[in-house]
Amino acid sequence: MHARGSTFDEMFDGEGNTRPAYAEYCRWYDEQPPELMRRKNREADDTFRRTGITFNVYGENEAEERLIPFDMVPRIITAAEWRRLSRGIEQRVRALNSFLYDLYHRQEIVRAGRLPERLLRNNDAWLGNMVGFTPPGGIYTHIVGIDLVRTGPDEFYVLEDNARTPSGVSYMLENRETMMGMFPDLFSRIAVESVSNYPRRLARSLAACAPPAFSGTKPTVAVLTPGIYNSAYFEHAFLADQMGAELVEGSDLRVVDGRVQMRTTRGYQPIDVLYRRVDDEFLDPLTFNPESLLGVPGIMDVYRAGGITIANAPGTGVADDKAIYSFMPEIVEFYTGERPLLPNVQTWRCADRESLKYVLDHLPELVVKEVHGSGGYGMLIGPTASKREIAAFRQKLEARPENYIAQPTLALSTCPIYTAKGLSPRHVDLRPFVLVSPEGIDITPGGLTRVALKKGSLVVNSSQGGGTKDTWVLKD
Amino acid sequence: MLGRTANSLFWMFRYLERAENTARLLEAALRMALTRDVVSAEAEWRSVIATLGLQEPYEAAHEGYDGLSVWNFVLRGASNPGNVRMMLAAARANARAARINISSDVWEAVNASWIRLDPLLARPVGQGAVGALLAAIREACTQVHGAFDGSILRDEGFHFARAGTFIERADSTARILDMKYFLLLPSLAHVGSSLDTGQWEQVLRSVAGARAYAWLNAGQIEARGIVEFVVLDERFPRSLAFCRKALRATLDALARMHGAEGRSTALIHAADERFGALSVDQIFEGGLHEFLLEFLARNAAIAHAIAEDYRFHA
Repeated sequence: MHARGSTFDEMFDGEGNTRPAYAEYCRWYDEQPPELMRRKNREADDTFRRTGITFNVYGENEAEERLIPFDMVPRIITAAEWRRLSRGIEQRVRALNSFLYDLYHRQEIVRAGRLPERLLRNNDAWLGNMVGFTPPGGIYTHIVGIDLVRTGPDEFYVLEDNARTPSGVSYMLENRETMMGMFPDLFSRIAVESVSNYPRRLARSLAACAPPAFSGTKPTVAVLTPGIYNSAYFEHAFLADQMGAELVEGSDLRVVDGRVQMRTTRGYQPIDVLYRRVDDEFLDPLTFNPESLLGVPGIMDVYRAGGITIANAPGTGVADDKAIYSFMPEIVEFYTGERPLLPNVQTWRCADRESLKYVLDHLPELVVKEVHGSGGYGMLIGPTASKREIAAFRQKLEARPENYIAQPTLALSTCPIYTAKGLSPRHVDLRPFVLVSPEGIDITPGGLTRVALKKGSLVVNSSQGGGTKDTWVLKD
Repeated sequence: MLGRTANSLFWMFRYLERAENTARLLEAALRMALTRDVVSAEAEWRSVIATLGLQEPYEAAHEGYDGLSVWNFVLRGASNPGNVRMMLAAARANARAARINISSDVWEAVNASWIRLDPLLARPVGQGAVGALLAAIREACTQVHGAFDGSILRDEGFHFARAGTFIERADSTARILDMKYFLLLPSLAHVGSSLDTGQWEQVLRSVAGARAYAWLNAGQIEARGIVEFVVLDERFPRSLAFCRKALRATLDALARMHGAEGRSTALIHAADERFGALSVDQIFEGGLHEFLLEFLARNAAIAHAIAEDYRFHA
């Protein structure tokens, strides 16, 4: 999809003047010999390849490891902008957690008539066996990623909530490491908020959610990965390594004496908190998909009996549904009693007859998404779609309207990337990472900036040719 | 540490060691073939395939034994299930699986080696390139060991890696000796013939011991001395005695850390007792081949017991 109308560039204003956030960076940039920047740009790729920061892509024959392209121009956010954003993010995450608790308990929001009950019935991520159960500490979403887009100086919107298993935090951390290695002088000139203690904060946040069965001084935390062939394995290993936690696979785990235990060289040892990077449906073959080899038979029984904490809690994916998303303003107000600080993108629910009519009449200018879709798949981008694609999508929409929502094509902000011909603007979004524990809500300054590397493109997903940038929040 | 991770570390280092030893074996054969006539060069390449136990798949794919076919088969042959390219990929996959138990230095050394070598092994390796490639494989393995020594925590993971290294190295040295054992039997008929000294040197080169042996023996090459050196000399890091002692130290350390002696500890102690006091004469009396077969069997049994004692598998 392509932006139309005027696009907000974060580095330069309409007259080509540098915006204050980037003033010092641009001064530095202009001092660098072009040859040096060309060389640094080549080096960056080698660094990522050598350290193995890759994700796997499955082609027809064998799995291929690819790099997510890294752009060496940082995306910069001022301290004041960040304060405003983080207040909005905290409010939203607090509401999400209360919402999930309510959904699996009394469903006050449905009783109050603020959320249609069918949204739960039609939701693939809804888990009946979470009803009436309260996870340790009352926390459902231990780790959340809120996807934000910007359209103007003071205009930020939430594009998507990732309450299930947000990924990408390892890129946020490695991008910073790479930048500091490449341009140490830059960081001595500009004061940037650090992100490097995220793994420690994650470890502390998880440890604060120990289950009732835990006794002792330090809970045992483990990261559950589907294995080395999973596309995000690098991130799983990275986080376990940085937290000092074990990295386990389903085949390492077994239920012994009412606890989930891992097979160590000394025998089976209990796990207190499991940060799982395995989807709900593969978590427990006894409860969900019986074919799954990735999970642990019986873990759900142990969970419900208080023997282990699972992060994020099973069933949180309900909140990632795009039909639920369209109700987020109501959800935030219902649980916090406040007006939402961060607005949603205008969303038409195709389940409503009138909205559907509007959407069908305006397909060439809208973005239509599947309510359960993710990763940029299964969507229609009206402005760039062919007549034939639009016609095909129209049929799908008419057949199952409740399966879709539609949004206007936003003029996402741009931030320049480095190219052989100098700086060139590209569209960006932002995924801040949020940790939730009984001790509070903790937001790492910045997050992961994803950038559409193709000129004019609005699709930032790494599976579709997007890259990443280091994201700076300036210190006051 | 997870049992699965211990298994990954053990095999990561077995595969690295195997790749390195295979490269050395090929380098020795390459040198030998250059100084020989066509007939004995062919015999040399045949013995490389035999040492690696690859006769069957090799002969199914090739008519005769020539250098180009043999090194391509050993390094990258599609019908060779244990080619060097696969070993390096397996070492890296195991390193990836044990990523959180090895340092970044070690991971990057393994990963960078694989990135450099895998494309070279994806194409046929010609006469002009093979020497440099074999040296690069050796160097890659040395680099990983260097990073390992300088950066790995001396906990159980260190010892699982070492156990894999020495089990594999002993296995390789014993197999190389066994392939040439008949040449090394002290028989009057062979002594002094130039073919044999060449073959004996070949054994020493295959285990990277030619220089050390020459230095210790003032250049005198004779069968008995070579057997003594490669089997019994505890100063030589590729000798069977060195590997056995190193393995014992590592298994004893593991038993101490775990506060329990397993079957693997008992087996290495028994092996120490059985082989520790043997003289080279006693080895020849009982038969070098018989001795090597017993050594290989005990070595394999220890590897099996380590996997059981430390719960490598569910």
